[in-house]
Amino acid sequence: MLDSALSAVRGLGRRVTDRIWRLGFASRFFLMTLVYSGTSFRRFFLTIREIYFTGVLSLIIILVSGLFVGMVLGLQGYDTLQRYGSSEALGILVALSLVRELGPVVAALLFASRAGSAITAEIGLMKATEQLSAMEMMAINPIARVVAPRFWAGVISMPLLAALFSAMGIFGGYLVGVQLIGVDEGSFWSQMQASVDFREDIVNGVIKSAVFGVIVSWIAVFEGYDSEPTAEGVSSATTRTVVTSSLAILAADFILTAFMFRG
Amino acid sequence: MSPSDPLVKISNLNFTYDKRPILTGINMEIPRGKVVAIMGQSGCGKTTTLRLIGGQLKPTSGEVRVTGQAVHELDADRLYALRRRMGMLFQFGALFTDISVFDNVAFQMREHTDLSEEMIRDLVLLKLNAVGLRGAQNLMPSELSGGMARRVALARAIALDPLLMMYDEPFTGLDPISMGVIGQLIRKLNDALGGSSIIVTHDVQESLQIVDYIYFMSDGKVVAEGTPEQIRASDKAYVHQFVWGEIDGPVPFQYPAAPYREQIYGGAANA
Repeated sequence: MLDSALSAVRGLGRRVTDRIWRLGFASRFFLMTLVYSGTSFRRFFLTIREIYFTGVLSLIIILVSGLFVGMVLGLQGYDTLQRYGSSEALGILVALSLVRELGPVVAALLFASRAGSAITAEIGLMKATEQLSAMEMMAINPIARVVAPRFWAGVISMPLLAALFSAMGIFGGYLVGVQLIGVDEGSFWSQMQASVDFREDIVNGVIKSAVFGVIVSWIAVFEGYDSEPTAEGVSSATTRTVVTSSLAILAADFILTAFMFRG
Repeated sequence: MSPSDPLVKISNLNFTYDKRPILTGINMEIPRGKVVAIMGQSGCGKTTTLRLIGGQLKPTSGEVRVTGQAVHELDADRLYALRRRMGMLFQFGALFTDISVFDNVAFQMREHTDLSEEMIRDLVLLKLNAVGLRGAQNLMPSELSGGMARRVALARAIALDPLLMMYDEPFTGLDPISMGVIGQLIRKLNDALGGSSIIVTHDVQESLQIVDYIYFMSDGKVVAEGTPEQIRASDKAYVHQFVWGEIDGPVPFQYPAAPYREQIYGGAANA
């Protein structure tokens, strides 16, 4: 009895120290990535190539999702607002929901599952097939050459993708609200223009998505670099990237929102 | 250091991983201009030895000296400077799968030198020609057979004319023709570059034909060494079993287990 209780406590303790140890390792890896980032900017074409793979190839899913999210917002928003006779405020509702919350958060979640998982799998497979080792033996630092360009590509792409997501969403809301349901077009746009503040809403949204970009890219490159060099290792690292970054995005969103929009 | 000193000198090298001793008291010398094989079973510490020479692992005690410098004492910059003079062929080639054969061979030249693209093109074609694959320059690694991939990796490893070439199981998984090709290339390239080569392998017959000296390892120790003639004539039980591929000997056929009768009849009695 005592024995099993002891081993349960011991197991818990080990799991906690393991997690903390890993967090420390991830933080050191993050610092190393920053230290060795020179190459990513000096030879910017390396980063541009990765922006193409992580950013440009994520465009379709981001744009289509943005459109649908905006259309749903148009339907739901109209349904609620018209009960209070303020359906012309639909533009504000759609725009604020998107630029403050849904744009950065949903785009980041999609980005984590589309691009984050791909980055982890790619780096993990490069490790499993000894490509990273080979690079080290060629006196080329894999963190500078492989990790940092992917990290910065994610950080640069994320705010742009979130902005496109919001823009598509607003267009979707317009399609449903104005074109389909028949909310007055003039008040839709003018109320939006009057109520959305550049500093308060747009800039805060961009800050959010930049933070999410750092989180997702950091988790993706770390999980890839730290994965077990086997087929199962890479697949579980890919899963961890999606799960951990989704949770981290939602948690960071709560904290950022608490600081940004206290009213 | 004088030209007669060995290029690589390993003295009393010990390496422990997770409290498990992997290498104990290894002493080796790799003379200039020679091809030396490190042989032994899978898991006897051969690849670990290569990684210690390349500075990817640090010894628990003892040292590896390459051109007179103790590898584990070098800082990152000097270790990288040393690695530029080493080439390594990995077991399965480790080609960069996202770029073409040409770009794989050009990779180090573009990273480490300021040569013009025309110059790089000529050099890459020369290297590919040396391994007989000039015509494959535009293929992607996924389009190559195992033997071709190994040859491209070889061309990539010699891109900067290394002083020391290291081969990690260069013959594994190849058909007899590709094996012969790789073996001859290793010898020819070593003599042409004037450097030294280390081959880690368990392929006895292929390597006995091309190497100058052999170290036999077992359980993390050097158990025998000599020239190919000495090894062929060796009467040491382990070497004899390995060279002639005998099933049972100092290396047992059976994985350690409870006695046969006990396990069979003991289990039946309980059922």
